[in-house]
Amino acid sequence: MMRLPRFRYFAPTSVKEALRIRAGEGESAAFVAGGTDLYPNMKRRQQTPKTVIGLSRIPSLARLRAGADGLRIGSAVPLSEIENHRKARRLFPALVHAVSEISTPPLRNMGTLGGNVLLDTRCNYYDQNYEWRQAIDFCMKKDGTVCWVAPGSPKCLAVQSADSVPILIALRARAVLASPGGEREIPLEELYANDGIRYLTKRPDELLTEIRIPPPDGWTASYRKLRRRGAFDFPVLAVGAAVRREGDRVAESRILLGAVASAPVRASRAEAVLAGRPLDGASIREASEAAAVVSRPMDNTDFSFLWRKEMTGQWVGMALGDLSRGG
Amino acid sequence: MARRREKLPPDRSKALVAMTVNGERVEAPFEPHKTMLEVLREDLALTGTKHGCELGECGTCAVLLDGKPVLSCLVLGLECEGRSVETVEGMAGPEGLHPLQKAFADLGAAQCGYCTPGFLLTAKALLEENPRPTLPEIRQALAGNLCRCTGYVKIFEAVELAAAWLRGEAAEPRKESLYGYDFDESGLLPSHPGPVGAVLAAAREAAVDEGGDKPRPYRAKAR
Amino acid sequence: MSSRRPTRIVGRPFTRVDGAAKVTGQTKFADDLALPRMLHCKLLRAKVAHARILAIDVSKALAAPGVVAVATGRDLPVPFGILPVSQDEHALCPDRVRYVGDPVAAIAATSEDAAFDALDLVRVEYEPLPPVGTIEEGLAPAAVPIHDHGDQGNIHKLVAMQFGDVDEGFARADRVYDNTYFYEGNTHLALEQHASVADFGPDGKLTLWSSTQTPHYVHRALAKVLGMPASRIRVIATPNGGGFGGKSDVFNHEIVVAHLSRVTGRPVKICLTREEVFYCHRGRHPTLMRVRTGVKKDGAITALHFQTALDGGGYGSYGVASTYYTGALQTVTYRVPTYRFEGARVFTNKPPCGPKRGHGTPQPRFALEAELDRIACDLGLDPAAIRREHLQPANSLTANYLRVGSMGLGACIDKVVAASGWKKRRGKLPFGRGLGIACSSYLTGAGLPIYWNQMPQSGVQLKVDRGGGVTVFCGSTEIGQGSDTILAAIVAEILGIDPLDIRLVTGDTDLTPVDLGSYSSRVTLMTGNAAIQAAERARELIAGAVAKKLELPPERIGFAEGRVFDVENPEKGMTFPEAAVAGESLHGTLGTVGHYRPPPSAGRYRGAGVGPSPAYSYSAAVVEVEVDPETGIYAVPKIWIAHDVGKCINAALVMGQVEGSVYMGLGEAMMEEMAYRTDANRNVVHKFPSVLEYKSPTTLEMPEVETFLVEDPDPNGPYGAKEVGQGPLLPIPPAVANAVYDAVGVRVDEVPVTPEKVRRALKAKAQGKPARVGPERFPAVPYPEPIHVRTPEEGGDGKAEDAPVTAAGGVR
Repeated sequence: MMRLPRFRYFAPTSVKEALRIRAGEGESAAFVAGGTDLYPNMKRRQQTPKTVIGLSRIPSLARLRAGADGLRIGSAVPLSEIENHRKARRLFPALVHAVSEISTPPLRNMGTLGGNVLLDTRCNYYDQNYEWRQAIDFCMKKDGTVCWVAPGSPKCLAVQSADSVPILIALRARAVLASPGGEREIPLEELYANDGIRYLTKRPDELLTEIRIPPPDGWTASYRKLRRRGAFDFPVLAVGAAVRREGDRVAESRILLGAVASAPVRASRAEAVLAGRPLDGASIREASEAAAVVSRPMDNTDFSFLWRKEMTGQWVGMALGDLSRGG
Repeated sequence: MARRREKLPPDRSKALVAMTVNGERVEAPFEPHKTMLEVLREDLALTGTKHGCELGECGTCAVLLDGKPVLSCLVLGLECEGRSVETVEGMAGPEGLHPLQKAFADLGAAQCGYCTPGFLLTAKALLEENPRPTLPEIRQALAGNLCRCTGYVKIFEAVELAAAWLRGEAAEPRKESLYGYDFDESGLLPSHPGPVGAVLAAAREAAVDEGGDKPRPYRAKAR
Repeated sequence: MSSRRPTRIVGRPFTRVDGAAKVTGQTKFADDLALPRMLHCKLLRAKVAHARILAIDVSKALAAPGVVAVATGRDLPVPFGILPVSQDEHALCPDRVRYVGDPVAAIAATSEDAAFDALDLVRVEYEPLPPVGTIEEGLAPAAVPIHDHGDQGNIHKLVAMQFGDVDEGFARADRVYDNTYFYEGNTHLALEQHASVADFGPDGKLTLWSSTQTPHYVHRALAKVLGMPASRIRVIATPNGGGFGGKSDVFNHEIVVAHLSRVTGRPVKICLTREEVFYCHRGRHPTLMRVRTGVKKDGAITALHFQTALDGGGYGSYGVASTYYTGALQTVTYRVPTYRFEGARVFTNKPPCGPKRGHGTPQPRFALEAELDRIACDLGLDPAAIRREHLQPANSLTANYLRVGSMGLGACIDKVVAASGWKKRRGKLPFGRGLGIACSSYLTGAGLPIYWNQMPQSGVQLKVDRGGGVTVFCGSTEIGQGSDTILAAIVAEILGIDPLDIRLVTGDTDLTPVDLGSYSSRVTLMTGNAAIQAAERARELIAGAVAKKLELPPERIGFAEGRVFDVENPEKGMTFPEAAVAGESLHGTLGTVGHYRPPPSAGRYRGAGVGPSPAYSYSAAVVEVEVDPETGIYAVPKIWIAHDVGKCINAALVMGQVEGSVYMGLGEAMMEEMAYRTDANRNVVHKFPSVLEYKSPTTLEMPEVETFLVEDPDPNGPYGAKEVGQGPLLPIPPAVANAVYDAVGVRVDEVPVTPEKVRRALKAKAQGKPARVGPERFPAVPYPEPIHVRTPEEGGDGKAEDAPVTAAGGVR
């Protein structure tokens, strides 16, 4: 049986208390909400926090509200609650679809949106038992020095693999981070860095408390995911796309690629291609080709990376096709 | 080459945690780093909950936490304080097997039986929420439970059958589920009517009650 | 041997006897057992693929908190292995490790946590050796061979045999085809991870509970390695949480916990992690194949030349048998008048391959059925008809001396062709949609036991007590296939009682007569026949007593529905318990035995031991696919399958086995891969030993399955029954590949048929290259000169000729 290492466990009931415990315990403490990312990593000894701070008893983090300012989702809201939230389904069907594609139904009863947004980057050389990683002399991300995906690489190439992230960024979501010094709100895309190890710009003493999504205001969105099976699997290519049209022409668009780098990748060229044009076969084809250029998957997930790269255009085309049919 | 695993201070004190398990209030002492899977199997002797990976990748260890299916391998025992846990041991009542259990047994939806508890509990949660699920809905609800024996076919059929029973309908397994299509039954002696498994119950009653059905004789072949 | 009365229980889909326990969580699997004072064991496994062990220092581990005992290879020097010819495994590696995951030390501690923590304190010093990662590398000359046994270098086994005048067969052909195929390795992925509990008692007796399909062989290996009399060892096979062949070897951990219990005097338990289960493996051999086929214009085969090269992994396991199996069963489906088979198995530094559902035959079956599809398309024939018209006849001897009894393949083909609308739809669906057909056959039990002996392969003891209770004792092992239910159904049928009234004691070497185990699809036929014999003997005793009491001749006594009565006058009689009392009053204590030994095989040549079986099952399948040509991604919406099971003992169980086989075959066809990578340090590691990355189909991938059970009773089977647990897997992978061809016109000559490969083949086709993905060549294998056996048609006697008869030196 794979077991957790020993740790001290705290179950604070307020954000303030959680932050105070974190400050007292220092770098060796980890926050946990659903546990579906942290606990497997701990069992594999990828992470071995000496203190675990559970967030499941903090009511403010479990709040999901829809109002005139859009949707506010507490970081500890379970994924299945978002799936079943009537207003979320009506306002942001693409987000709900992306959330419903995460792993499996029982896991979505446990996993939270905050957990998915902060999901550890993934890699075939990293998401392994301690013993397996010992056999390859470990890797840069944990205990080793080399990135086995590309041994010459100066940085870790583990993959951003969260379903919710590309679509949330496409939807202009913002993240609220709390720390003993106060609270700050940033555009979600600014939370990520293209480095498999330091993949978040969040400071370790900060706690993600909420995701805020502005009202649709004419935007429509789509999420498309590539994976081997209809359940369990992380995306090995993901597209979150949103457009705002004026008349039949695209006024603004946001196209995000997931699982092709250590951070979500904005396909700006593709967005530029669409600007001012109707979403039709020609513009979609051009935008898909432009998006494929910035897709650089590596050989560290399921499926061959060349095929994943080849599929990028297809997947962007499918997402934009959804939008041309009305999202 | 061997890098030392980080060693943690051994904290061997146990926590005493109160929760409801299968409707009964229990107080269990266990080490704080134990998952609910370990607490159930090792501290409460409820070994009906199985495990296939302990990493949330197979669904075998699914239990109901406050009525919802969760993976007990990724729930800390401590996190269940004050909450309600249901395992396969809690499914059957004094009136006998839960209809899902009966349907799984009758149709052969349990072959090796190892993934069965997880499937039963996930299906129970589904039927409580949706008494009349379509086949695609059943597939979706059970997509987080792997089975390597059955090909899921009999599991889908068992959930449909149990759903009908729970709705109070007098459903029976389809003949094609039990024999396949175009099956030639001429080699079989006529069976008693009624659901699978009831045939010999009727025979037993007949044997006890001399006035009941007459046994259908057959001639012993000379050896 | 089979009972010929019309049946009342046999054939019906009764609820399985262990069903209630399984749906309530009451079935006790090995890891569910806990004994007082029990210790927990963890194994330290090699982190290098190939190395000499220079030193092991366990002193720090031994001093760690909670650790009670530590063992290394020095403590258990006696080798073992499932086959007598490959006794090449050790409980713990004494001097050499052969794959990442090979166990080198074992720790017993008061908790699993303590044992785990202590693993890191064991110091092992290795001298790395060059690892072998592929078949090609295994065929190359080896500086340091992985084993010192085997046929040459790293080649574990070479086989070459020729039946009939193959040259003449090819000369007679209108066309000759020559193609290469590859079938990737895959594993069982039973959801229960292997577990064992050993308890060495103060009486000097050892009990081992283990999730094993073969308690008898574990029993033998324990006696050998521990140096204990077998009479003091008891092995209890706990119900297996899935087997599929993955629990039919003797495993390191089973011996290790027995040893640790003996040293500590305390019960010791181990439950492997999922990663460790991947290292136990014994799954499907990755196999390269070259097939040369001579055919007439009507599709009749004139000659078949089959070459295989198997990647065996680090140990022998069942490998010699697996190698022969890649050549054995090609002859039992379609008429193959002349046949040449050459096989080779190489050692590589990977977890050992062995028997997975279909043992050695799904790979050649894939190649043969894909080859036939090619041939039919090339000759402009219907792929279903080319098969239907050239069936090996019932009651015949094949070119390699396999005795075919009942043969329902024609009926199977007819069923799936009709149900799938084959004639109207195959080749006529829109681009992207297609149908593929394939057939197969499998053994109903290997004709020969693993170690040669004259004893029965299956035994049953039956006890009837004066309360009317009937207990069946049999060594068979319940792995989910329903072996307990089969025993109950047969005994209940003969004694006219309820299967649920029968108590079953199975898989316990102390209490039950030997049954060799749940492998080679042998259980229903062999235990069934043994059970018939035991039950008929009991029936005869009871009938005699009741006849005497009723003053009737014994032939007038019938058994049904819990009564024993006069068949001419059914009211006259008594309950079964009363009859049991009559029986015991007349004869004394009632107990009977039955056993089964398969008929001798017809072949007398070296290698003739692999392939013969009392009966062969047959399957035909049609698979429908929907391929997206832009991506290569395809879906399987529906599968039609017909299986000739001879006769159902329990129709519901047969259905379950067919559907489960279809599922597993589809997993292999579409996604399952036991993949490895060789890292920059030349270490060979499993690519990703996890349930998440070993892709196994979920509820969302499983297609609709329309099943047809065909009953062509075989005289050797109980009530005519043949196997069903493995055969229906075999046609699925080739039918998928053939359907992809029908849909988009490209051949994927490799399993799994992944989207990448389909897409690659489509791109090749668009560029005017061969519309195919598959191995480009077959490696040079130093096969020896084959033995030559004249076929039955040529008047052969099943023995090999003294001198080769070919004029032109064979067909190589």
